[in-house]
Amino acid sequence: MSGQAKVKLATAWLDGCSGCHMSLLDVDELLVALVERVELVYGPLVDAPEYPDAVDVALVEGAVSSVGDQKLAQTIRAKTRILISLGDCAVTSNVPSMRNTIPVQKLLERVYIEGADAAQAIPADGVPALLRHAVPLADVVKVDIHIPGCPPKPGAIAHVLTSLLDGKKPELTGLVKFG
Amino acid sequence: MDSKITIRIDGELVKADRGSTIFETAKAAGKRIPGLCNMKGLKPVGACRLCMVEVAGVNRLLPSCTTPAQEGMSVTIHSARLDAYRKQALELLLSERNHVCAVCVSNGHCELQSLATALGVTNVRYGYRYPKLGVDLSHPRYVLDHNRCILCTRCVRVCAEVEGAHVWDIAGRGIHSMLTCEMNRTWGGSRNCTSCGKCVQVCPTGALAEKGFAVEEMVKRTTSVERLAVVRGGSR
Ligand code: SF4
Ligand code: SF4
Ligand code: SF4
Ligand code: FES
Repeated sequence: MSGQAKVKLATAWLDGCSGCHMSLLDVDELLVALVERVELVYGPLVDAPEYPDAVDVALVEGAVSSVGDQKLAQTIRAKTRILISLGDCAVTSNVPSMRNTIPVQKLLERVYIEGADAAQAIPADGVPALLRHAVPLADVVKVDIHIPGCPPKPGAIAHVLTSLLDGKKPELTGLVKFG
Repeated sequence: MDSKITIRIDGELVKADRGSTIFETAKAAGKRIPGLCNMKGLKPVGACRLCMVEVAGVNRLLPSCTTPAQEGMSVTIHSARLDAYRKQALELLLSERNHVCAVCVSNGHCELQSLATALGVTNVRYGYRYPKLGVDLSHPRYVLDHNRCILCTRCVRVCAEVEGAHVWDIAGRGIHSMLTCEMNRTWGGSRNCTSCGKCVQVCPTGALAEKGFAVEEMVKRTTSVERLAVVRGGSR
């Protein structure tokens, strides 16, 4: 593998709790191998302001809940070869979708006005507008591989990443579960 | 007349009891067909469509839990085509209601969830419906959460056929079908419920649960109800 260009890996954090990123860091010895073969080019784990061009693999955590999530998801898709939805929030919309039966305005009023003791106001500046529904990543962009789980098992993440590094198609039957 | 007949399952010759279904015949021969609504001792209804099989000479798929095995039949229970259909059926079940396994009482002990794992369902290709559905907390000991119900009718059948109370029915049609308690009473207001808990134990998902259980804690005990159902002579 030496001499070959490193695989460009990005991660992203949409509407999720960061648990999926924790699982990614839990892949143990694979992390060592990854450091040799992979260059982390974007995500909460590195300091990169813009999503770079020509990314090989992106792991995306979280549901698409806001206009901001939607834009980032589209950018990632446009600039990435293999897009992976990581964890139940990205795969099924999971916990973020539990607000989906409540209209957005009602939800915001309940939380920021009825639910607040002081400074009762719905935040508007600098926060992206919520979409009507929090949806799976695949509802917004084409997703190539899904790794369900809340959190996804480090073993499943390791299996997908090593398969891809070895140029093989990952097979997740029996390896992953929702929840 | 010989009480045994012979059929082929995935090419292999298998003896079957006359009058038994394809599902039962396969099971007796140690071959598993997936299924979520069928349960030993209860009358089969063919509600979930996961046990679909191919029968040679029949140009549509048949639910193996309601189809009797017949002498000389040749049945395929595993094929790429069946796998694809079963995955679709399971994804449709997941898309219909609000399954949020991470916060479900049955997480880790759910037949729907484990079948998804076994069939290799890693995502749902159909749009989630996110219906607004209720939770009935009126019973002193049990909970009914419509968000997790797959309308398998195991609860309906066990209550009517084994307990003899007939508390549950399905109301409505198609996508509007809902489990209903005694012509729309709350469960707590039921006149017939003996609080036996059989419906809770046979429910394959987190739709029926005992109160006081947190996420992942609701483990069902189906086998004892199955045994009782067989003794009380539901169907066989
Ligand atoms: S009933 Fe089963 S599939 Fe549905 S949320 Fe609960 S654990 Fe998940
Ligand atoms: S607890 Fe027993 S009697 Fe009551 S609804 Fe369930 S099965 Fe029927
Ligand atoms: S409540 Fe449970 S047993 Fe009854 S129909 Fe729904 S999923 Fe089946
Ligand atoms: S097990 Fe046969 S249709 Fe459900």
